Amino acid sequence: MSEALRELGDYVAAALPEEVIGTRVALGELMVRVERGAVVRVLTFLRDDSNCQFKCLMDVCGVDFPDREERFDVVYNLLSLRHNHRIRVMLSTDEGNPVPSVTGVFSSAGWWEREAWDLLGIYFSDHPDLRRILSDYGFEGHPLRKDFPLTGYVELRYDDEQKRVVYEPVKLPQDFRSFDFLSPWEDAEYVLPGDEKAEDADG
Amino acid sequence: MAEVQIKNLMLNFGPQHPAAHGVLRLVLELDGEVVDRADPHIGLLHRGTEKLIEYKTYLQALPYFDRLDYVSTMAQEHCYSLAVEKLLGCEVPPRAQYIRVLFCEITRLLNHLLWLSTHALDVGAMTPFLWMFEDREVLMEFYEAVSGARMHAAYIRPGGVHQDMPAGLDERIRAFREPFAKRLDEIETLLTENRIWKQRTVDIGVVTAEQAMDWGFSGPMLRGSGVAWDLRKAQPYDVYDRMDFDIPVGKNGDCYDRYLVRVEEMRQSLRIMDQCLDEMPDGPIKTADRKIAPPPRAEMKRSMEALIHHFKLYTEGYHVPAGETYTAVEAPKGEFGVYIVADGGNQPYRCKIRTPGFAHLQGLDFMSRGHMLADVVTIIGTLDLVFGEIDR
Repeated sequence: MSEALRELGDYVAAALPEEVIGTRVALGELMVRVERGAVVRVLTFLRDDSNCQFKCLMDVCGVDFPDREERFDVVYNLLSLRHNHRIRVMLSTDEGNPVPSVTGVFSSAGWWEREAWDLLGIYFSDHPDLRRILSDYGFEGHPLRKDFPLTGYVELRYDDEQKRVVYEPVKLPQDFRSFDFLSPWEDAEYVLPGDEKAEDADG
Repeated sequence: MAEVQIKNLMLNFGPQHPAAHGVLRLVLELDGEVVDRADPHIGLLHRGTEKLIEYKTYLQALPYFDRLDYVSTMAQEHCYSLAVEKLLGCEVPPRAQYIRVLFCEITRLLNHLLWLSTHALDVGAMTPFLWMFEDREVLMEFYEAVSGARMHAAYIRPGGVHQDMPAGLDERIRAFREPFAKRLDEIETLLTENRIWKQRTVDIGVVTAEQAMDWGFSGPMLRGSGVAWDLRKAQPYDVYDRMDFDIPVGKNGDCYDRYLVRVEEMRQSLRIMDQCLDEMPDGPIKTADRKIAPPPRAEMKRSMEALIHHFKLYTEGYHVPAGETYTAVEAPKGEFGVYIVADGGNQPYRCKIRTPGFAHLQGLDFMSRGHMLADVVTIIGTLDLVFGEIDR
């Protein structure tokens, strides 16, 4: 299986030398990293070439790596019913650089690109209808970014005086605590009663 | 005669409408009673599942998958477990694989029963709804017998299943089979040749094979259009490669064909369940790797090491090696996929959930164009929508 995938990866890389940056097979899955501007050409080739026949775009999603120079990865998962293969096309971008929309190649990309725009703020150029999709009307921010807090910034409540639902800044009765349990010694700051000045004395 | 200005009518369908199958707000542009454009507004049930999963350990993230499509819960747990096992490189013992397949098919029955009964109810047939909920009740009791919960089971976990089946459950499932097959025949006598049912579903919402592939359809939506594609056959997981079953395929790609496909799928599910019960071996039901699956309770009473393993598993969890995978299963509604990016820690770095309903609902616009308003209800029914999975 992975031998066939490796051959397929080499074939795609040879056919599109300008566009493809690299191919990799890991865990029995083929990944192809491409230039951002060439994604439409790559997906059209993968859809129409007789050795590829990736007629179904099953998923488009974004991944956020805030430490990287280009913080987002956009991932396209394609499926070939004819050859029973999957391929993953990846590219990287950031807030400022739009990704060409592939709605012209696969109609199914429309909503997934809207979702990536809504949740991560990845902008797709030439998209026919790039509205928010999952978050509320008038929502601000992109919640799936790593720097967006899990609790969000606003909370919702029905106001009986105004007779409508209102947004307010989120108020937590207890601070949000993230338990990752990676080490029992870190991330917890206990101040023993009567020991509040210990730090000052040391310093 | 003076010229009459005809204006298109905008109609808000939902979000609180019994035929919208949940919280779908559908903005319809109508020319008389004919649909010009349908614009679904989704997200009213958005709970940020993917964001929450990033803050949970791999085991804590599992129950969220029950709450996506809440009528085919175990199929989604199965997908997530397969993805995590792939990243961990973990082997699942054969008995666990058989139990998983058995319960995935029970899940398919649960899903298709709910789909068929509500679809028929939308179109005007009340009786199937009343009959099928009785059978769903029995199936949910099977869920309860293995997991303690009727819907949100959290039963299939990375490394196997949570517990072994209780004694006597296989006999109960066998006893369910015959009466249910008869019940299916009865339902078919009510619907399949029914004049009203056919008038409402034949040639409604026609999808060609090219359209189905272009719009990312999967499952019965794809098979109804004549594409013989089923992940259980094409890319088998667990013990599906040992099962003998057929894939029903439609011809015309209309609502009626998809109805026939799904009813036949229920019969095939019964076949798979029979084979699972017959062939199921004895043995362990989760991996022996104590770093992934907890030790048995009895062992913990005696072994210090087992106790430590248990404690570490339920606080820190297990660390998954860095890597990424897109794993998909044939959920009752279509291809359910999970794309996990692991960074080597005990929490998923990113977990994208690919749900079949999201792609299907996107196709509602082209499917309902030119149809009457009442047909939109039929098309929503045939898409098999559950908003837990679309909005996530």
